[in-house]
Amino acid sequence: MAELMIQVENLTKTFGLTRAVDDVTFNVRKGEVLGFLGPNGAGKSTTMKVLTCFLAPTAGRAKVAGFDVFDDSLEVRKRLGYLPEDTPLYKDMSVLEYLQFAAAMRGMTSGDSGKRIKEVGGRCGLHEVAGKLIGELSRGYRQRVGLAQAMLDNPDILILDEPTSGLDPNQIVEIRQLIKEVGKEKTVILSTHILPEVQATCSRILIISNGKLVADGTPDELRGREKGSRYRVVVAANGTKQEAVKARLAGLKGVSRCETALGEEGAHTFTLDAAGDEDLRKLLFRAAVDNNWILLELHREAASLETVFRNLTTGEETKS
Amino acid sequence: MNAALTIAKREIRTYFNSPIAYIVVTVFMLLAGYLFFGSLFIERQADLRSYFNFQPMLFSFIVPAIAMRLIAEEKGGGTLEMLVTMPVRDWQIVTGKFLAGMTVLATLVGLTVLYAVTVALLGPLDRGPAIGGYLGLLLMGGAYMAIGVMASSFTRNQIIAFIIAFAISFALFLFQHLIQIAPQVLRPVLSYLSIEAHFESISRGIIDTRDVIYYLSVMVVSLVIATVSLESRKWK
Repeated sequence: MAELMIQVENLTKTFGLTRAVDDVTFNVRKGEVLGFLGPNGAGKSTTMKVLTCFLAPTAGRAKVAGFDVFDDSLEVRKRLGYLPEDTPLYKDMSVLEYLQFAAAMRGMTSGDSGKRIKEVGGRCGLHEVAGKLIGELSRGYRQRVGLAQAMLDNPDILILDEPTSGLDPNQIVEIRQLIKEVGKEKTVILSTHILPEVQATCSRILIISNGKLVADGTPDELRGREKGSRYRVVVAANGTKQEAVKARLAGLKGVSRCETALGEEGAHTFTLDAAGDEDLRKLLFRAAVDNNWILLELHREAASLETVFRNLTTGEETKS
Repeated sequence: MNAALTIAKREIRTYFNSPIAYIVVTVFMLLAGYLFFGSLFIERQADLRSYFNFQPMLFSFIVPAIAMRLIAEEKGGGTLEMLVTMPVRDWQIVTGKFLAGMTVLATLVGLTVLYAVTVALLGPLDRGPAIGGYLGLLLMGGAYMAIGVMASSFTRNQIIAFIIAFAISFALFLFQHLIQIAPQVLRPVLSYLSIEAHFESISRGIIDTRDVIYYLSVMVVSLVIATVSLESRKWK
């Protein structure tokens, strides 16, 4: 087993009366890319702020690379690269000046920093904007400057708060590739509420909701937790009212939920959720024939991370 | 210490890359110039007395104007989060910010050495009071600057930082003028706390350790409070 880079034990952080992070425990090993998933305001950023020594935990403890974030904060920060949410940068500096400043703050020697700035700047695609003021850069470029700054001193651990927000689709692909590469030898924690992102980059996922950790596992494990599947059904019902069709479908055995969805004209489109593992397609086809509807489309989706995420974070169930 | 200097260097560049430094320098030079040349031409006196005499009041709002952005701006813009999560201690940040403010102030004071040169060209310059006066300006400015850094660490709003710093600075200035009307028991206290009283003796060319200690204490106390205020984000 690879060594533990981050250990979080019963971490709690309160602001006044609100519990932003509530008794969260998890570990991250070397070489893992951990995706921190949760709705806005779930406590992702707060947890990251504690790990990066910006805030102190109210209760519990957190260790990064073996050092306590509160007692040995300087040692922790030497080993960390951090990209805060919204990438706060000095707008009056040029990209190059800013990276030089960040290198000096991290105590890098000038020869070393020049080499690293070139290297990291290249990986983040910053060469053509090196002389531009940060205030004049687009959101995407600023994000890259923030990322370059975090990776500058070749830290063991990277903590990235929404690293791809504000990027265009091409840039997102590039940055994800970059994070994956870095994740091979480093430890990366990234937060996001974009589901495809974790699927594309992360080897492990933590889902946090209302400050509590509700799931922890690989993407496959999490998908496996979710029983049942979802169906998309489009029928042309020859004048039968949509409501009537819906009632029929909802009444079928094994259907736990039926909702109307937007669809083509002249037909009714529904999304069905099945409770069990049983395949409902035959049943649905049969129902269409019996009622004299024309089945235009029938599609079965395996449980997606999206369903897992929604079920865990909408508070219908309170699984610990 | 290196980190503090790196921060100071960055701040100084920000000052001179933006209009703030130039606005402050212009306003200060206009006011100081009016005081100096006013006495030169109207009273036909070639000395620096009237220039120095007004500085305790002039500095009480010029220095807060320089200092107000130092920490408040980073709090407001969120860049403080980036800064404090770098491997740097909070006191180094405060020191760096203070040094940057002092560099701007020293530039300001340095420009007015021209007045001393003017006086020297017109007649014999009394060197003691001149050297003492300039040194006093830096010490007094340092005290005001530290108060400004402290006020700037309290808020994310630069205007509020300015008002807090100005209120404290102006109170320290005002003590001298309250002595006359204060009850007997308070007079020594007011006189000791008065920023002007300490400046007067230095600007006469008398460098008394008590005055120097007064200024250094104001600086240390204010900067320590600023550091604690930065650390307060980590209170549980």
